[in-house]
Amino acid sequence: MSKIPDDLQFTRSHEWVRRLPDGALEIGITDHAQGELGDLVFVEVPHSGRGVKAGEACAVVESVKAASDVYAPVSGTVIAGNAELAAKPELLNQDPYGSGWLMRIEPAAGVAPAVLMSAAEYSAYVAETAH
Amino acid sequence: MGLKTPLYEVHVAEGAKIVDFGGWDMPLHYGSQIEEHHAVRRDAGMFDVSHMGVIDVEGPRAREFLRHLLANDVAKLPPGKGLYSVLLREDGKILDDLIVFFVAPERFRLVVNAGTRDKDLSWMRARAAAFGITVTERRDLAMIAIQGPNARAKSVRLFSAPDAAAVLGLGPFESATLGGWFVSRTGYTGEDGFEIALAAADAPRIWQALHAVGIAAAGLGARDTLRLEAGMNLYGSDMDETHDPLESGLGWTVAFEPHDRDFIGRRALAAARPAGDRELVGLLLEERGVLRSHQPVITVKGPGEVTSGTFSPTLNRSIALARVPRECGASVQVQIRGKALAARVVKPPFVRHGRPLIGLIEGSSP
Repeated sequence: MSKIPDDLQFTRSHEWVRRLPDGALEIGITDHAQGELGDLVFVEVPHSGRGVKAGEACAVVESVKAASDVYAPVSGTVIAGNAELAAKPELLNQDPYGSGWLMRIEPAAGVAPAVLMSAAEYSAYVAETAH
Repeated sequence: MGLKTPLYEVHVAEGAKIVDFGGWDMPLHYGSQIEEHHAVRRDAGMFDVSHMGVIDVEGPRAREFLRHLLANDVAKLPPGKGLYSVLLREDGKILDDLIVFFVAPERFRLVVNAGTRDKDLSWMRARAAAFGITVTERRDLAMIAIQGPNARAKSVRLFSAPDAAAVLGLGPFESATLGGWFVSRTGYTGEDGFEIALAAADAPRIWQALHAVGIAAAGLGARDTLRLEAGMNLYGSDMDETHDPLESGLGWTVAFEPHDRDFIGRRALAAARPAGDRELVGLLLEERGVLRSHQPVITVKGPGEVTSGTFSPTLNRSIALARVPRECGASVQVQIRGKALAARVVKPPFVRHGRPLIGLIEGSSP
């Protein structure tokens, strides 16, 4: 079974979201998603300063099996992309919730908070979509 | 629920990710496809290839039958030796690709693809009666491919001393029946190794014995990246019933000599010779991204299409086979996710015996 940490929130497109102390959101793809994709070979993360809209494709993760877009869970500004992934895409397979993080977004002022799933809800969602 | 090989339970116990392949539940990988790929290029790996069809063709006219059935000529074969061939329709299009072994004077063995075995069998049986030939599908056998620079040295430890000498004495494409196993020095990876056909009931025990001598399990994912690096076609992707061997990079497998051998598809191919309008070439992507089947190729001579594409773990770049207009030049573009990316036209194979055969920088040698 794939790991689903309790302290994170999740999207239906298999991103995880970590709320950082300064209010920014750290985003990556879940253990389940990396397992389905297989070995990652290319990762493209957005430049910091890029404005993104909720639901916009803003990163690409490409494995031996398929290319997949990663969507911004909230509108805002990218404040960091994980540059280490360009040389080490395998970090996404090895440590999807840690060193395999993709980007950090500063949510735009006044936008409604993203509707996200809890770990329990995501776990049920994965179980349901697996069959 | 698909068909299962005699090793299915072993794959599940080893943590394999199981996928459907031509109606069979097969292991895609056991954790990391790329590590399995490297294990085969650098050491030794084994694949369950029991989904492939083993077909025995027997009778006094077996040789004559196969000289008519196959585009390559089994008359070239000394006893024990195997030959790669395509099986053609009358119109020259490809029904399947296979390896045929000359086992004994009146007996040949064919190894065909999993997804085409039933089609092949009915095609063969419809034509076998006129030659008094018996066509037998060997569902009682499992098959394990052991591949890599250390594959032969490691796997030979499973044989008794006299058999080991015979196994190590096999030349490329040679086969022998030893201790009830049909062993051939063949494969689909561009590395040295063996393929062993054995009784289905023995397969799980032998798989474990191969683990014990230091051979790693590898799945269909690694099998695909290895064969593509080796420049080998995959039936259903790089060739099928809408293409002939001349436009599938397989002109070399068609034996037009002797000129009076009447094989199925000969007349249609003779009309298309010396070459069709299109050809199968290798592509090396010059930029970041991964080539995948069905991506459009843009050339100065008109459009083409990627037939198989992947990320090459050995080259750390994306490679592909593509069907393009003949003589389309040294560089093309491929449409990948809305962008036109540059790719270099190269002659496969990309990798052989662990070494890159193409320079990664244009004009350089490996």
